[in-house]
Amino acid sequence: MSADANHEPNISHAIGNPAVIGQIKTLFQQQLVTQECADGMPTLWVDAEHISSLLALCKHQLQPAYSMLYDVTAIDERVRCHRDDQPASDFTVVYQLLSLEGNAFLRLKVALLAANLRIDSQCDLWPNANWYERECHDMFGIDFIGHPNLYPLIIPPTWKGHPLRKDHPARATEMDPFSIDEEMQDEEQEALRFVPEQWGMQRTSQNTDYMFLNMGPNHPSVHGVFRVALQLNGEEVVDSVADIGYHHRGAEKMGERQAWHTYIPYTDRIDYLGGVMNNLPYVMSVEKLAGIEVPERAKTIRVMLAECFRIQSHFLFFGTFAQDIGQMSPIFYIFADREMLFGVIESITGGRMHPSWFRIGGVAHDLPQGWHLKLQEFVNMMPARLDHYQKMVMDNRIIKQRTVGIGRYNSEQAIDWGVTGGGLRATGYDWDMRKRMPYSGYENYDFDIPLGSNGDCYDRAMVRLEEIRQSLRIIQQCIDHMPSGPYKAEHSLTSPPNKQRSMEDIETLIQHFVNSSWGPPIPAGEACLPIEATKGINSYYLVSDGSTGSYRTRIRTPSFAHLQMIPTMGRGMMVADMIAIIASIDFVMADVDR
Amino acid sequence: MNAVLVQIINVVVILLFVVFGAALLTWVERRLLGIWQDRYGPNRVGPFGSLQIVADMIKLLMKQDWVPPFADRLVFIVAPAIAMFVVVAAFAVIPMAPGVGVIDLNIGLLFFLAMTSLGVYAVMFGAYASDNKYALLGGLRAAAQMVSYEVFMGLSLMGVVMLAGSFNLREVVLAQADGWYIVPQFVGFLIFFMAGIAESHRTPFDLPEAEHELTAGFHTEYSGMKFAMFFLGEYVSVLMTAAMITVLFLGGWLGPAWLPPLAWFLLKTAALVLSMILIRGALPRPRYDQLMAFGWKLMLPLALINLLATGALTLM
Repeated sequence: MSADANHEPNISHAIGNPAVIGQIKTLFQQQLVTQECADGMPTLWVDAEHISSLLALCKHQLQPAYSMLYDVTAIDERVRCHRDDQPASDFTVVYQLLSLEGNAFLRLKVALLAANLRIDSQCDLWPNANWYERECHDMFGIDFIGHPNLYPLIIPPTWKGHPLRKDHPARATEMDPFSIDEEMQDEEQEALRFVPEQWGMQRTSQNTDYMFLNMGPNHPSVHGVFRVALQLNGEEVVDSVADIGYHHRGAEKMGERQAWHTYIPYTDRIDYLGGVMNNLPYVMSVEKLAGIEVPERAKTIRVMLAECFRIQSHFLFFGTFAQDIGQMSPIFYIFADREMLFGVIESITGGRMHPSWFRIGGVAHDLPQGWHLKLQEFVNMMPARLDHYQKMVMDNRIIKQRTVGIGRYNSEQAIDWGVTGGGLRATGYDWDMRKRMPYSGYENYDFDIPLGSNGDCYDRAMVRLEEIRQSLRIIQQCIDHMPSGPYKAEHSLTSPPNKQRSMEDIETLIQHFVNSSWGPPIPAGEACLPIEATKGINSYYLVSDGSTGSYRTRIRTPSFAHLQMIPTMGRGMMVADMIAIIASIDFVMADVDR
Repeated sequence: MNAVLVQIINVVVILLFVVFGAALLTWVERRLLGIWQDRYGPNRVGPFGSLQIVADMIKLLMKQDWVPPFADRLVFIVAPAIAMFVVVAAFAVIPMAPGVGVIDLNIGLLFFLAMTSLGVYAVMFGAYASDNKYALLGGLRAAAQMVSYEVFMGLSLMGVVMLAGSFNLREVVLAQADGWYIVPQFVGFLIFFMAGIAESHRTPFDLPEAEHELTAGFHTEYSGMKFAMFFLGEYVSVLMTAAMITVLFLGGWLGPAWLPPLAWFLLKTAALVLSMILIRGALPRPRYDQLMAFGWKLMLPLALINLLATGALTLM
């Protein structure tokens, strides 16, 4: 792919620009080690003391610049066998950067030894490093020097140990039976009390005593278990602190104990409104590791269903958006539409919200006979309904009063905070992964990328309403041009494995048996293929150690990054604006906490 | 003796009508919203779900009568009683038909305004006694909203008073024999309609209990029968607003003779109630400061201009 800033689609789904390594090596004088990854993402190892300068160089000096801190995570390397020519490391901190101008990802790794788990914080360079570093601190016990407040983010403040370390148990059965007595309950509750001083907040100012209001973890408008502690002056939000982790289920840890195949249903429940859309980045990454080429029909089916779920997710977003601003009815109309589309999805996959229908190498079944009839009916019906919603919600003057100019941020801020998806496009920044780094055959479809201009609550909703229309266009193209052929790849590592030939000779029968019972052993390596999911860029960074399960599953979700921006967006607003802001972000807590 | 008996029957029937009408209204509203929102609404208990109110009442009555330990007990208990009392009392002055009505006060309109003004105490007491931050915010919003909407609610009615030349509601109705006041007092009608919705905290003026912002606003800590009294009080106040508009602007019980006067009164009131339900189904909620600005910057000047214009016309 080309390194310059032209907008040519990139056909091969290359996610990195190999030339960047040479560029860095000329600019950066320190020792660097290159690692080959299965996904083709340029990967460099650097010493802990030089990471800050390298990241600053990537952000400011490289052409095109790597302006977004896409992800920060870590790997516990202590029991990993296949590390080949990687530097010695107990814990590896992994930074993934995204160049929006160059349409390329870059991975930087830092080796840390167990004796000295310390590394510089990047909060000054990228504000969104804050939560990522707190999460790494929770999960691996890595200290980030210079971090403003390494308070537990995901795990409760009373938690002992670091869950994603390999020596931390993954199952309840590995631990003593859990019980909680009254004293402990009080302790846990007390530990959750919001202490303003901890966040550098004043309790009083010259003229006023502030009120601190816990909005959540149980509140009708926080869309799940999410807490924002508000510092209020009357109804004005002076400052706020977002607190997450109440929905944490250890999805990444589960990835390490499930087989590659049996983890697919867990992915459905990450962004629980995204259904099979969540399967896509996961199976694509596994396929990359296994070297499986997915047949065209399977790709088209995947796109079609993924777009169905984009519509489903945007529907719910749109309905709750109107509801949170006090409009009661749209959500009911939208639920009727959702129901109809669920009917279509059910007739194709057999499941509704979480079909877990994608498989390593393809999809679970071929499309049923007449699959397109109900879908076509839906696609025909929707445009008129969408016009109706447009009129009912977006053209309503009270809605405009409540959302135009509220919760505004510009493209630069969005990129600084790692905002992707509709939240980024609402600022007028034309960046959609499906166009910029097409995957699963998106380069073959004709669709537009809706853009906003103000980056406010109104534009965020508008962009998503338009995206529904574009998704309908894509689905129509899938219906019209569904290729024939197999729905799953001819490959020994697909799951469940193809059965025809296992009936013919004993070797394939044995392999079939092994792959069905234990699951396919995926070759050692690392892969991370991001996609434009319902809410932004979603990816599964998979580390395989050559076994039947993943060694490390890192789920980078868009909602996590978006929520981190709430205090910035809400400063100086009213309580009611805060609700509009939260409603306009489009997140689900399962996608935030994982 | 006979007159007293009639009067007692009058009082009891109207009281029952008001309370049961309000309870029935909860079901009517849910069914209607259901229909307008492409769903059923409560349709299980009794024919078309009409006994849903009985089920709801039983549920609310059987609930533990709980006062939070941190609440101010006395005020906490008194607040819902005030809420219920003031709206029912205000209903007393509404003339429904010739001979039907609790009391014929010659300052009926002022009594009505006084009673609705007292309603704000219920909300403030409830919010204050709850010792809950959400309730406090709801109480603050309610106090500000009701006090400001009170101002032009009163002003919007003065046009009617000028035209009728009386504060007595029965006389106001009779004065409309030649034509309903909705025509000369259309601006007053609109303003009063909105102020009435605001007084009963209904969408789009439901900020004191904005569910999506303040969970349940001022009645967050209330449950069981005490909650039911707040709830019922609001529905009575919906009925009352509709009845008042009927009396003041739609000619009360007046109508063609093929229906009895009481039926005309009830029909007009019901139509207004339905329109208020429809508004709830359609509109979103403005922000607190926008609501205030709307009241003070638009409605108040409008009410004053209306008053001036009516005064000028009456004098001419």
